[in-house]
Amino acid sequence: MNVLNEWAFVGLFALMAPVFPALPIVIAWLFRPRKPNVLKSSTYECGVETIGDTWVQFRVQYYIYGLIFLVFDVEMVFLFPWAVAYNGMSLFGFVAGFLFIFLLTDALFYAWKKNALEWK
Amino acid sequence: MDELCTGLCKLMVESGADPGLAQFVSLLVGVLLVSGVPLLTVIILIWVERKVAARIQDRIGPNRVGPLGLMQTFADLLKLLGKEDITPSSADRVLYNAAPLISFASVVLIWVVVPFTPFHFGVDLEIGALYFVAIASLGTLAIMTAGWASNNKYALLGAFRVVALLVSYEVPLVFALLVPVMLAGSMSMLDIVNAQAGMWFVVLSPLAFAIFYISSQAETGRAPFDLIEAESELVAGFNIEYSGMKFGMFFAAEFLHVFTNGILMALLFFGGWMGPLYYESPLIAFAWLGLKGSLIYLTTLWLRNTVPRLRIDQIMAFNWKFLVPLSIVNLILLSAALKILQELGIAPRDMLSASFADVLPTTVVMLLINLVMVVYLLGILRKRGRDARRDARAGLQHPLAASAAGD
Repeated sequence: MNVLNEWAFVGLFALMAPVFPALPIVIAWLFRPRKPNVLKSSTYECGVETIGDTWVQFRVQYYIYGLIFLVFDVEMVFLFPWAVAYNGMSLFGFVAGFLFIFLLTDALFYAWKKNALEWK
Repeated sequence: MDELCTGLCKLMVESGADPGLAQFVSLLVGVLLVSGVPLLTVIILIWVERKVAARIQDRIGPNRVGPLGLMQTFADLLKLLGKEDITPSSADRVLYNAAPLISFASVVLIWVVVPFTPFHFGVDLEIGALYFVAIASLGTLAIMTAGWASNNKYALLGAFRVVALLVSYEVPLVFALLVPVMLAGSMSMLDIVNAQAGMWFVVLSPLAFAIFYISSQAETGRAPFDLIEAESELVAGFNIEYSGMKFGMFFAAEFLHVFTNGILMALLFFGGWMGPLYYESPLIAFAWLGLKGSLIYLTTLWLRNTVPRLRIDQIMAFNWKFLVPLSIVNLILLSAALKILQELGIAPRDMLSASFADVLPTTVVMLLINLVMVVYLLGILRKRGRDARRDARAGLQHPLAASAAGD
């Protein structure tokens, strides 16, 4: 199978994958009872009418964790080629990868010292 | 799968079909065959999950429908078919309906790169490991979508917490994944398994496996990291507004995800289908993989039903202040040691063609490094625990609160 065919397989799989869970949902849609009323389709919170908008400001800590994660996630994508080439790598390439990981660790310690990792 | 598709394609062209159509149909057959495995296993998994949980909790579990309660899943399915499906009037309809589909599809899609035997697999992508990381994070997206689209404060809060958890534990997961990739020198799943012919990677880097295991437990939302089920504080969590079959799809996805991770760990660290007589027949190879994957899967169920749930600040502190630094140190030490051994000519440069005898000296060194790391770690944890208990005795702080706020 050539490369194009491989990705055609993945593409077809990606198109088919949502169909599997959709199938039982569609079948259920054919059989299930339908008796909606205003109360039933209101937001389920605590029995009292919902006050205010749901989509409001959220805790800033989530955002900070998201930022730290982003740094690591992007850098990790760069580490994968390094790991693949590892066995045939010269000492220079190896040390360069090392420096990269150290910078990453440095970022983690910076965030730690700045108390960005505390759940407040 | 390759031979099957080409064979089928050839057969159809010979019998007068359009070549393009023939190729498409043979690909489709391949897709259905590969996806059939996870779809069939999920039916059994739901039963296994309930039965194991029941046994651990000293109950009998499902035993009414069919022999040993094996038909329970089908009974549940029938019940779910008859359940009314309620969409809250304030929900974002498109996203609300898409979330369960994305959730389940993201797990099934992982199976594209899972090889069942040396000859039977969907495709052997050159970037298999990276593909797994990319697809696994789609599940996070599904949870955020569900929480957001429900337009419910509890659902949104639950989704925030779960997404923070999933996103955080992806970091040590990927760092641990880098170790087998580095050892095999390839991201292809087939190469990673074949590179373990000399020695399983779990022996070469037990710590990387432990990190992968813990973070995959978190990724699947299982205890002690089961913030996904926040019934005590957020009514239910991100899936509060879902009912009927859509609700069921989230759970089917979770059950399948746990098993998929078990199989992946068997492939990445336990030599996949490697075992006595695996080369005799693909069936034996498949049985070995299934056995190893199932055993790992059972230990995750055991863990899930034994340990209590952690608080979110404890979970986050454990990840960012313990697991992430540990996984980085683990990667640095292992890669440095392996490079030195390679320069000295002790470690093989190509694991794919290395025999047991070739890898043995490397294994001893690697095991020693892992042992030193574990002893050192236990020392640190012991000191921290002692300090926390001493402070508690002095009446300063509750020991758990101290370990949560610890720096």
